[in-house]
Amino acid sequence: MMAAVTMVIAVQRNLFAVVVLFGAYSFLMATVLVALDAVDVAMTEASVGAGISTVLLLSALHLSKGVETKPLHKPFLPLLVALATGAALVYGTLGLPAFSDPEAPIHQHVAPRYIHDGLRETGVPNIVTAVLASYRGYDTLGEVTVVFTAGIGVIALLRRTRRRKQGGQA
Amino acid sequence: MAKLMIPAMLLFALYVQFHGDFGPGGGFQAGVISAAAIIFYAIIFGLPAARAVVPDWLVETMVASGILLFAGTGVAGLLLGGNYLDYFVLAADPVHGQHRGIFWVELGVLITVAGVMLKIFYMFADRGLDTEDDA
Repeated sequence: MMAAVTMVIAVQRNLFAVVVLFGAYSFLMATVLVALDAVDVAMTEASVGAGISTVLLLSALHLSKGVETKPLHKPFLPLLVALATGAALVYGTLGLPAFSDPEAPIHQHVAPRYIHDGLRETGVPNIVTAVLASYRGYDTLGEVTVVFTAGIGVIALLRRTRRRKQGGQA
Repeated sequence: MAKLMIPAMLLFALYVQFHGDFGPGGGFQAGVISAAAIIFYAIIFGLPAARAVVPDWLVETMVASGILLFAGTGVAGLLLGGNYLDYFVLAADPVHGQHRGIFWVELGVLITVAGVMLKIFYMFADRGLDTEDDA
């Protein structure tokens, strides 16, 4: 179903429909994440993708035309490049261990320590929060800095310049 | 009708934030949910009404102060004798120190994320009002 939504998004020209379909895609992704037992990520995906993203895209859509302009030429070469890269990536994933294999190397290094000692060392039952905020607090600091930079970028780009309104002094 | 939902949404955001220790949740989700509550208020009651409740200077202060809070918690760890972002030294009992550190850090995340989402919405909504004035 997600593949169907993605194809329609790529082909569809009416931008309002595309925004609604993006919200639907985010919702489907959130349910997939719940099926994979990653509830924290699912909640973030649902709130950011299906909630805030849709609102911000709609308010951006309000500022531009409602229909995507026709491309100048048929995109055969980009399609070929995308298919070749996708095929190479799929070929690469064939070398990975089986999905959710408990003997896989990624589950042997720090994950057992987090699972066994997380509650005792941090006092927080939710292992995801313990890893995010305590064991890997630096990474969360980096993420918040990225969000902050995005906000600063938007402010820098879109702040109304008063000079133009006062008679064109550069 | 919306006036009934908005306090419930804000309360849910705070619930997600503080319950992040025990169930799914934490700073990012709570920040987005609380920003969504204010945006909902702005959509229903108009942008000037939302600006009266959460003015521009407050949003910009939120954007910066959240990350300052996060980094400041790290510096507090330094000042109290441990490493940067070391939670063990923040209280007499190391595990209690972890609780405190995680609390402040998640609060910083909540403030910055909510501020940035709200600021982006305000900027986009603002732009539509004066596009006819541009050269």
